[in-house]
Amino acid sequence: MAKHEYSYYPGCSSQKGASSSNLEKSVETLCEELDIKLNPIPDWNCCGASIGYAGGGELPRMTLSARNLALSEKHHPDQDVVATCAACWLNTREVQERLNHNPTLKAETNIALQSVKLEYKGNKKVRHMVEVLIEDIGYDVLGSKVKKPLEGLKIAGYVGCQTNRPFGIDGESFENPMYLDKMVETLGAEALTKYDKKVACCSGALMFSEPEKGQALVKDIIESAYDSGANMIVTPCPLCQANVEIYQDDINARYKTKFDMPVMYYSQLMDVAFGRSALDAALNGNIIQSKRLREIADK
Amino acid sequence: MTTAVNQAMVEKYKGNFLKEVTDNVEEGSWVKMCMQCGVCSGSCPLGPHWDHPPQELFMMIRANKREEVLSSTSMWMCTSCYNCVARCPRGLPITHIMHGLAHYSKRMGMKPKHQPTEQFGQMFWDNLTKKGRVNELKLGLGLYFKDGFAEGVKVSMGKQKLGLNMMKAKRMSPMEMLGGHGVKDLSGFHAMLKKAEELEAARVGENTDAK
Ligand code: SF4
Ligand code: SF4
Repeated sequence: MAKHEYSYYPGCSSQKGASSSNLEKSVETLCEELDIKLNPIPDWNCCGASIGYAGGGELPRMTLSARNLALSEKHHPDQDVVATCAACWLNTREVQERLNHNPTLKAETNIALQSVKLEYKGNKKVRHMVEVLIEDIGYDVLGSKVKKPLEGLKIAGYVGCQTNRPFGIDGESFENPMYLDKMVETLGAEALTKYDKKVACCSGALMFSEPEKGQALVKDIIESAYDSGANMIVTPCPLCQANVEIYQDDINARYKTKFDMPVMYYSQLMDVAFGRSALDAALNGNIIQSKRLREIADK
Repeated sequence: MTTAVNQAMVEKYKGNFLKEVTDNVEEGSWVKMCMQCGVCSGSCPLGPHWDHPPQELFMMIRANKREEVLSSTSMWMCTSCYNCVARCPRGLPITHIMHGLAHYSKRMGMKPKHQPTEQFGQMFWDNLTKKGRVNELKLGLGLYFKDGFAEGVKVSMGKQKLGLNMMKAKRMSPMEMLGGHGVKDLSGFHAMLKKAEELEAARVGENTDAK
């Protein structure tokens, strides 16, 4: 039996062949290294995060997360719920808090859940994967696993919005959370603590509907990383990762910039530092490659 | 096109829009707590594109500017960044109120025309409720074709390199088109959502009938 077990909410973008499947793969490798077992919530559904409100009212949207939570309560009664996606985590945790504070909504949710023969109680702890790493594993253990320090990497830690606000990680400040920088340094890389777009918004789901406005935000996020001397951005959030990485061509065309900035997940860095292969770290899942990181992985 | 329930609401609340919002909009009961400090208005990442930042919307609600509020594009510019929530001295769940106002404007048939986030958001919802999980490829293609076929081909051609890059990186599977992911208990899932929608509609309807 694994040392740490959790009830896992993967979320849509982590599915096989979806936009953050590289996060999924790299987290899987990480869990092998740290003796963590993530048990997927059986038959989970989309949580409707962020822009679901355009079609779904409050109650239908809450019912989505309540079904996932009720499934977790039923199948994994003693395990905390863990999500890797910032939006999924925020949304699931928030729905639980709001349902538990509003008896009418909770009662109605449970009426709707009778259709799937489930009952929502609302007694789960809903956690982000980085909370597991910081609180249950700890920086010391993470550091002790490092076989190949990530020397020479200068990393802009881009925390973004939803891993940070409104809940925060490890009680850190909203304006300047340090956990990502600490992780980076634990792995032997240089954390550019002066990076001033650390908690800026990437435009989230509005990147699809308002691409020009969204790209203007991302341009600043990348520019500031270059200005701080970064050769890589790292983030815990799948939407941030996608938005900051995949539109660099469009941004270059629009703003006559020459951006070519790799945007990696914390989990990919850890995999490489822990001595795992480029394949295990899902480095091929990125559109813009970091030569340096790959060299370390292939060493 | 405004809806029947819109007419009923106008009659029921007769110039008391704050009460209407309090009773019917998600987290709307918080609006009266706003002290108009303006902190939230400086927080929105797309702020320059908002006709009325959150603080102003809250003021307009109190001033009974029902039509201006509900037909505004502003709340559709919310990126759910939670900057405002983290900073508001009164603890208003501003993000949810924005989502709630947007949804309510739709329910009343007052939503702004051709608002891209409204359209994309509806597509997202339809996509996820169909199978219980989001199919990113169809969602992406749907967006390109939302302005009609010719426009769609143009936009999707422009995005072709992006699509190919994503496929190469195995992050956008063409297999998704053939079925993709979904929940197993689909009939239960649909019944659950239908029930939730009914319960919610009844709540708004009830308020309407109560007079
Ligand atoms: S969550 Fe929405 S309303 Fe609040 S600061 Fe961000 S964009 Fe503005
Ligand atoms: S920050 Fe809060 S109190 Fe201040 S204007 Fe915005 S909603 Fe009102």
